[in-house]
Amino acid sequence: MNLQELIKLENHIAELKEMSTNHHLDLTEVLNNLEQKANEIRNHLNENMKVWDKIKLCRIQQRPTTLDYIHHIFEDFIELHGDRLYGDDPALVSGIAIFDGMPITVLGNQKGKNTKDNIYRRFGMSQPEGYRKALRIMQQANKFNRPIVTFINTPGAFPGREAEERGQSVAIASNLREMASFEVPIICIVIGEGGSGGALALGIGNRIFMLENTFYSVISPEGAAALLWKDATQAKRAAEALKITAKDLMKLGVIDEVIKEPVGGAHNDLLLQSQYIKQTLRKALQELGHLDKGIIRQQRYDKFRKIGEYMDEILG
Amino acid sequence: MNIYPLKREKKDLNSFTCKSCGETYDEFLMKKEWNVCPKCQYHYPVTAYDRILMITDSGSFSEFDKCLTSVDPLNFPEYKDKLISDKKNTSLNDGVITGEAFIGGYPVVIGVMDSRFRMGSMGSAVGEKITRSIEESLKTRKPLILFSASGGARMQEGILSLMQMAKTSAALEQLNHEKILFVSVLTNPTMGGVSASFASLGDINIAEPQALIGFAGKRIIEQTIREELPENFQTSEFLLEHGQLDMVVKRSELKQALSIILKIHHLNFRECL
Repeated sequence: MNLQELIKLENHIAELKEMSTNHHLDLTEVLNNLEQKANEIRNHLNENMKVWDKIKLCRIQQRPTTLDYIHHIFEDFIELHGDRLYGDDPALVSGIAIFDGMPITVLGNQKGKNTKDNIYRRFGMSQPEGYRKALRIMQQANKFNRPIVTFINTPGAFPGREAEERGQSVAIASNLREMASFEVPIICIVIGEGGSGGALALGIGNRIFMLENTFYSVISPEGAAALLWKDATQAKRAAEALKITAKDLMKLGVIDEVIKEPVGGAHNDLLLQSQYIKQTLRKALQELGHLDKGIIRQQRYDKFRKIGEYMDEILG
Repeated sequence: MNIYPLKREKKDLNSFTCKSCGETYDEFLMKKEWNVCPKCQYHYPVTAYDRILMITDSGSFSEFDKCLTSVDPLNFPEYKDKLISDKKNTSLNDGVITGEAFIGGYPVVIGVMDSRFRMGSMGSAVGEKITRSIEESLKTRKPLILFSASGGARMQEGILSLMQMAKTSAALEQLNHEKILFVSVLTNPTMGGVSASFASLGDINIAEPQALIGFAGKRIIEQTIREELPENFQTSEFLLEHGQLDMVVKRSELKQALSIILKIHHLNFRECL
């Protein structure tokens, strides 16, 4: 089975679905069978997709951005700007909106849609102002008892002189601490690159999800190759060694669920991808929304508290 | 400073020349757009009652403390006369109108400053009315919306005027503690003691386009640092870029934006599960 055949099968399923609703036919059993088959093929194809292919896929220019998802998943989005201190960082967008009739605070790293836009958005790499804006908006969500959804898609925090002068480290660290204190549900979704501290600064969630073809890593594969082997061209090798795909992180117990992508990647069907995200979001909000405030905070703490692998060994 | 477009030469009753783009047209066109130049979109100030008409749901506004007005605590030269003439020219008792109303169907406590009265400056009466509206918001838990338009603290009331900054901000601390929404809308101009107190403390800070917003006046800064400042210095757009504002919203879209913000804050997510 190959990709073309899978697409054909998926189209067939869509046609059957439409037919069943239009003509009130009960095709549930047939559809279930076909969907199961499609899933098997998709898994098979995805399993054979190399780590490096996934990295390339989640970095392509056409990859949907945070704002694309915001407009497809939420209603009444109002973008809010500024850290009230120094600036407004276009590499990070934030605001309030409605999801399923529910008030939501939503934010995420924002990459550009083209070269010009990418320069303006600094390729999704935030200055300290971006993280401070995020913190201000999240504190407000906590104040007004609104769940928080974050979209992560950044090569990393911006490396630069001014960023250091204005406290990039303090900005990121403050987010890690403060996000741990909030008493509203926080749901984080890696939609592209999960680049190190710059990603983690939006990543302290009760639920952490990753789209199928994304990665989340302590360092970029290129960076790792340069540091470890003094050779950035070994990035492919580093990417495999680092265990950074959604499936790897699932195995390592760092994330809660892998959200599937349409065939060929999220950019092939933004609407379908948004549907998949909506389903996952809905379920998570239902589960978390019924918990007491204190328990929401404790659950998030426990989640991070238990990450790490180690052993005791008596020397000698 | 004549920043009101509707003050005109006697001989030329029905036409208006925009000081921003230079275009001349019928004053009626301007009035219809709530004092926004139909050509270049320059936002001229509006009177407090016009603002209330434009923003609140029709017939929903009821005013608080209509009779509250300034005294002359320091016996300051010419102050009494200026108060009398401003009252006559504006038919207002002081620089702010407060009350309760609905916006897009949602109840609010609202305050609107009027820069025609002593340049919208904040003396004891303005400070008291703002503070009482904050207290009303605390009592009823209705969101608070304040429209500022002010040159700053009112010099003629000296230190009492400065202390209104402290009084209004301390009251807002209580509102913050009680987690009640405060939206600050900064309009042209919002300067000095008003910008350095309640107007900057919104959960959401909104400004109209091209409004002059800042602490010290541009000329004073230039004289002090002996440098020329950029042309857009202390405009809404400058402030947005420098992280001080959440949004810049055109007058024609303001009611809609406020309605959505109120709608989102009105919802309780646990009740939506």
